[in-house]
Amino acid sequence: MFMKRSLMGIGLVGVTMFMSACADLGVKPWERDTLSRPEMALIDSPIEAAFDDHIYFSKEASSGGRSFGGGGCGCN
Amino acid sequence: MQLKNTKLTNDAEACGQGTKRFKNVSSTLALAAIGVLGAAQPALAERGASDSWDFDVAGLYYAEDDDRVMAVEPAFSATRNFSEGEALNLKLVLDSLTGASPNGATPSDQPQTFTTPSGNGNYTVSPNEAPLDDTFKDTRVALSANWSAPVNRDWAYSAGIYGSNEYDFFSLGLSGGLTRYLNQKNTELNFGLSVEQDTVDPVGGSPIGLSAMPQQGDTNRDASRDQSQDSKTIVDALFGVSQVINKNVIMQFNYGVSVADGYLNDPYKVLSVIDSKGDNVKDGSGNNVYLYDARPDSRVKHSFYWQTKQALDNGDVMDYSYRFMLDDWGVTSHTLEAAYQWHFASSYIEPFARYYMQGEADFYQRYVTDAEYNSGSPTLKEASSDYRLGELDAITVGAKYAWSMGDGDIANVRLAYYMQSSSGDAGPGKLASQELYPDTNALIMTFGYSF
Repeated sequence: MFMKRSLMGIGLVGVTMFMSACADLGVKPWERDTLSRPEMALIDSPIEAAFDDHIYFSKEASSGGRSFGGGGCGCN
Repeated sequence: MQLKNTKLTNDAEACGQGTKRFKNVSSTLALAAIGVLGAAQPALAERGASDSWDFDVAGLYYAEDDDRVMAVEPAFSATRNFSEGEALNLKLVLDSLTGASPNGATPSDQPQTFTTPSGNGNYTVSPNEAPLDDTFKDTRVALSANWSAPVNRDWAYSAGIYGSNEYDFFSLGLSGGLTRYLNQKNTELNFGLSVEQDTVDPVGGSPIGLSAMPQQGDTNRDASRDQSQDSKTIVDALFGVSQVINKNVIMQFNYGVSVADGYLNDPYKVLSVIDSKGDNVKDGSGNNVYLYDARPDSRVKHSFYWQTKQALDNGDVMDYSYRFMLDDWGVTSHTLEAAYQWHFASSYIEPFARYYMQGEADFYQRYVTDAEYNSGSPTLKEASSDYRLGELDAITVGAKYAWSMGDGDIANVRLAYYMQSSSGDAGPGKLASQELYPDTNALIMTFGYSF
C-alpha cells in the first residue's frame, strides 16, 4: 500500500514537472529537420518491435510499456 | 517500415556540418513526433508519398540452445497512404513453433514418466535431466488492420482490429487511439484503449488447477478436466506524453494498465510434489504425483515507460529506455534498453543491449511440498512452477545493420543473443543436487526489407 502510494506520488510529481516544463521546451516548425528523420521516430521499426515484444512476452512475466501489453498468443 | 521512402544521402546541406546520415526527403514534419500507441504507430510512422502503397517484408528466426523452442516468423505489412494524411496498414504474421519446452516438473535421480497433454501417450525423462515436453508444436496466423487519420490540426485518431489463430488458441482484439497535439506539436498527448478476447482450447481439455495429472489411458481422466472451453478478456489502456526537448531530442513517458480476466493457467505445466528427503511423492499406484498449474483468474499490470531518442551532431542516433512494471500477482520488473545507431554514407550499424530483472510472483514455487499436497487435498489455492513467473535476469546483446538498396528501398539484418538465468530456493534433501533453475539462451535473427 505504502509502495503504491509512493509510486503514485512520484508519478504525479514527475508528470506535473514534465508538463509544466513543456512550455519552455520544443522547437519551431522550421527546426524539425533532425527530428523528422525516420530513425528519430519513437518506434522507428514497428515490425522489429513486434518481434521483440513477442519474444519477451513469451519468455518473461512483463509485457507492454511502449505500446499495448495485450495477450495475442497462447504462449504464456 | 523504418527509413521508408528515404534516400540515403550525404546530408551536408541540411545540417551544415558535412555529416553523413539518412535523410528523409518526403516526410511530413508533423509525423516526426508521432506517438506511442500501438494502434496508431504502424500507419502514422509511415512516410510514404500520398496515394501510394509501402511494403515491408520481414522475418524472425529464434532458436534456443539444447534443441528447445525454435520459432520461424515471417511478417508482411502493407500501408496505403492517402492525400489527407490518412493511412491504412494491413499486416500478416505467420509463426511456426517447434521444439521442447520445460513442463515445470523438477528433475530427479529417477526416470520420470509424464502423460502427454492429449492423454493418449507418454514420454519418459532420464534421471538428472530437465523434464521437457517435446510435443510442443504450434502454428499461428495473425492478421491486423489499422486506420489512422487526422481530425484537424490538433487532433488525430486511430482504430484497429486484430485476430490470431493457433491450434489451441483464438484471439480477437479491437483498439482505438486518440492524439492531442499541443505547443506547436512539440507536446503530444496520447490515449489508447484495446480490448482482446481470447479463447483457449488446450489439447486434451483444460486441466483443473492443482488436480493430479492422470496416467495415460486413465478412464477417470475427465475428473481432472474442465469440460468447457475457457476464455480470457484483456483490456489495456495506455496514457502517453511525448515531448520534443530540443531539435535533437525527443522524450516520451507512458503509463499503461492491463486487466486480464478469465483462464490464465498454463494448461501444459505441472508441479512436482516433493517430500522432505527430496524424493517425488507417489500415489497409491506407485506413480509420481504431478499437479497442474493454477493461477489466479485475474491479473492487473501497471507499466511505467520512459524513452529518449537523441540525435548527435555527427548524425548518429541514441535510443535509451526504462520500464518499471508491477502487477497484483506480486511480479515486479525493471527493463533497461540502449541502442546506438552509427551512421555511414548509405548504411548504419546499431549495436544494442537490454537488461531485464524480474521478481517472482507470490504463488510461484518450484515444487509443491508433501504437506501442501496434503494427500490429494492441497492446502494451496494457487501454485505455478513456470520459470517465467520466477525470479530471473536476462540480458540481450546484438547488432543491426541496415543499408540502402537504391530507389528508397532499405534492407536490414539483425543478430542478437538472449541469455536468461533463473534463481530460487535449492530444494530439500537430494533435490538440492539437481539443476532446478537452468539457463535459457537463444539466438535471435531478423531481416527486413522495405520497398
